[in-house]
Amino acid sequence: MTTTTPATRKPRLAINFRQYGILAALVVIIVLFEVLTKGRLLLPGNVNNLIQQNAYVLILAIGMVVVIIAGHIDLSVGSVVAMVGAVSAIATNQWGFPWWAAVLLALVVGAVVGAWQGFWIAFVGIPAFIVTLAGMLIFRGLTLVLLTGGTISGLPDSFTAIGAGWLPGVLGELGGRDTLTLALGAITCIALVAQQLRTRATLRRLELPMESVVQMAVKSGIAVIAIMWLAWLLSGYRGTPIILIVLAVLILGYTFMLNQTVFGRHVYAIGGNLFAAMMSGVKTKWVNFYVFVNMGVLAGLAGVDSTARAGGAVASAGQNYELDAIAAVFIGGAAVQGGVGTVVGAIVGGLVMGVLNMGLSILSVDAAWQMAIKGLVLLLAVAFDIFNKRRSGGR
Amino acid sequence: MNGPILRMIDIGKDFSGVKALDSVTLEVERGKVHGICGENGAGKSTLMKVLSGVYPHGSYDGTIEFEGEEAQFRSINDSEAVGIVIIHQELALSPYLSIAENIFLGNENATRGVIDWNKTNLEAASLLARVGLDENPATKVLELGVGKQQLVEIAKALSKRVKLLILDEPTAALNDEDSDHLLDLIEHLRGQGITSIIISHKLKEIRRIADTVTVIRDGKTIETIDMHGPDATQARIIRSMVGRDLNSMFPPRDPKIGAEILRVEDWNAYHPVDTGRKIVDNASFTVHAGEVVGFAGLMGAGRTELAMSIFGRSYGTNITGRVFKNGTEISVRTVDEAIRNGIAYATEDRKKYGLNLIGDITVNVSAAALATLARFGVIDRHREYKVADDYRRRMNIKAPSVSSITGQLSGGNQQKVVLSKWVFTGPDVLFLDEPTRGIDVGAKYEIYGIINELAAAGKAVVVISSELPELLGISDRIYAISEGRITGEVAAKDATQESLMHLMTAGKD
Repeated sequence: MTTTTPATRKPRLAINFRQYGILAALVVIIVLFEVLTKGRLLLPGNVNNLIQQNAYVLILAIGMVVVIIAGHIDLSVGSVVAMVGAVSAIATNQWGFPWWAAVLLALVVGAVVGAWQGFWIAFVGIPAFIVTLAGMLIFRGLTLVLLTGGTISGLPDSFTAIGAGWLPGVLGELGGRDTLTLALGAITCIALVAQQLRTRATLRRLELPMESVVQMAVKSGIAVIAIMWLAWLLSGYRGTPIILIVLAVLILGYTFMLNQTVFGRHVYAIGGNLFAAMMSGVKTKWVNFYVFVNMGVLAGLAGVDSTARAGGAVASAGQNYELDAIAAVFIGGAAVQGGVGTVVGAIVGGLVMGVLNMGLSILSVDAAWQMAIKGLVLLLAVAFDIFNKRRSGGR
Repeated sequence: MNGPILRMIDIGKDFSGVKALDSVTLEVERGKVHGICGENGAGKSTLMKVLSGVYPHGSYDGTIEFEGEEAQFRSINDSEAVGIVIIHQELALSPYLSIAENIFLGNENATRGVIDWNKTNLEAASLLARVGLDENPATKVLELGVGKQQLVEIAKALSKRVKLLILDEPTAALNDEDSDHLLDLIEHLRGQGITSIIISHKLKEIRRIADTVTVIRDGKTIETIDMHGPDATQARIIRSMVGRDLNSMFPPRDPKIGAEILRVEDWNAYHPVDTGRKIVDNASFTVHAGEVVGFAGLMGAGRTELAMSIFGRSYGTNITGRVFKNGTEISVRTVDEAIRNGIAYATEDRKKYGLNLIGDITVNVSAAALATLARFGVIDRHREYKVADDYRRRMNIKAPSVSSITGQLSGGNQQKVVLSKWVFTGPDVLFLDEPTRGIDVGAKYEIYGIINELAAAGKAVVVISSELPELLGISDRIYAISEGRITGEVAAKDATQESLMHLMTAGKD
């Protein structure tokens, strides 16, 4: 039998280049605006705001990347954010729910919304575009009903802290900086390196191909520098935003889900070839259903976050969030026809948009122009991706 | 004009360092049918893409002379302008447009953008007459079968005043009758002075129709054979193609048939849309351990539908009947249930139903048995990689690594991935639907070897195939199907192509 093992490295590098292309773009954009704003972009306060202002779009992008990998789309998330936000505001403000009960209620409402849409998409077979377009109207309408046109403000601090609060500085200060934040950064770095070494040891034990030591060292080094630098900046402001912890858990959890679990694999399989998945015994309808339930839950969480951050619920909340989330996913390298995409890509895509927003605002570029520029970036990012694929596509 | 209509001299083409064509020379005589044979991946399609301008001038080495002049095509439009038309294996017709609209698509009879429908339909009708297709030009293409669609493609080529017609595997998806008709048509066009290049794996057809045959192997021209010469045999072409003698088309088989594993009784299935139509009609059959059972039937006889309706009701409605495994009745209402009961079905259309083409070999191999690689829903990726790599070696899948994307593999290697996927589910009964369709002779031989190994390991193998020599060569027992009914059961050693064909065409009394 003929076997050709040594050639494993080349395709891996090619894939990595595509994955890191968008990361490189993010770095370029950050440097560009850092220079243009004469160093104001990366002031601690701005970095903190970048996280807190974009958290809900990032949460939505995590759900959306799963939806898009499965070959669907969800246009309703903006309206769901508004409706769930209204529910959580009513629960805390009018029914006196403690913050955790309000969050729980919000997630349940999100799940019910997701199940409703998932039912029509998975079991009735109506395209997601139509179902969620309808959902966009339905849930926006219900939001107006709930708020009867007004707004609800005066939410308890324990609730608003989710979107606009920080971890208490329980470890005191170190040279005027929050010790806890620095410690969290260091712990994250240690965990990351330990994890890398552990994976490497397993790969060696099983005699599986792995990247070179240099490659691993460079990657880990860059990650450690980025994390510590972020921790340094945040510690100089108010410390670690609570929502950053939530985001970190979601990113890790969903990356694990997509890469390591049967469910995640089924999502990729459905997007890659629905019929082949069916004929391999994948319960495609249920997978589709749960993909939308999941999206609903995350939209619920995003609703809590945006309401908490704003300190109240308004009927116009969440407008265009679906478009921001979808844009983030596609900038992050997902394929329109499904089957391709990563959580990290979607997050980086979301950050590209977030940095653009912030940088342009600091430069006081007119809001109208901001919108146009963001549109162009989306178009160019996807064009670049398609161009890349074509070049590496070969015959 | 005299001399060859086409000369391709020293054509070379590489893809990022990998040589796909290496100084290939091809000379095609005017008014002849020229066959091109070679295993999958030999470079036939690449050569035709160079010729038709898909790969523009400058992206390959060597020269092309068409009608005595050097041609430098920058696109398909350039090559069509001089009369070279290529018809691909996958037909490129628009299903919701009419025959006439398809024929003149991109080449409309229009003045200032307004289409002259009378002229379009009249010309289409006369083109249809030329290709012998008796259909109204206004008929939508989706209402036609594959055979007729192929004829529409040829009519479209004729409308472009084709001088050199290239057909890539034109009969791969056709039944015998449609194939015959198509070959007749190519001969007829030859009479009208149209030169054809035909790429085919079906050597019998090549034997019948081609005047000369060029064999390509590993990107090189091996030889050009005059098919009217004395030693132009099928065996010689095969020898050239594979570079070795295939003593036999089929590996030797030493069956050890054990106990009955699968028994299907009184199986019925109706058409999913046209629910009054019975597609599988009271079929009963058995398969034993270590046995290879063939299902012979013409296209549309219900072979695939029978297998798919058993495999988790993937086809049909109002399915009735009973399935027994090792003597106990089992339920196979869903694909999942069928797999858990040890039944596997490798589909005839591997691209549409068999593979995740954008996924790598690993995810495809594990796709139908992920649960066995997972604990609490978490996949052991390392073990998965090992399993896939193991199958890559065992099945001799030719790819740099299991991280290779399946869509970029050749047909034979894709089929080996599909087989790996099903063998990995640990089945007792495997239904293999057209396991060697569209793959080259060498890979076919390997697949037959795999089938033998599976049977030797005590599995029951059911092979559905349109190729009777194949069924006779690898099966122990053959069922013939006609119009959804099992019309006969014969031991392979007692059967002939003629006797099977007789059963396969047996109508209802």
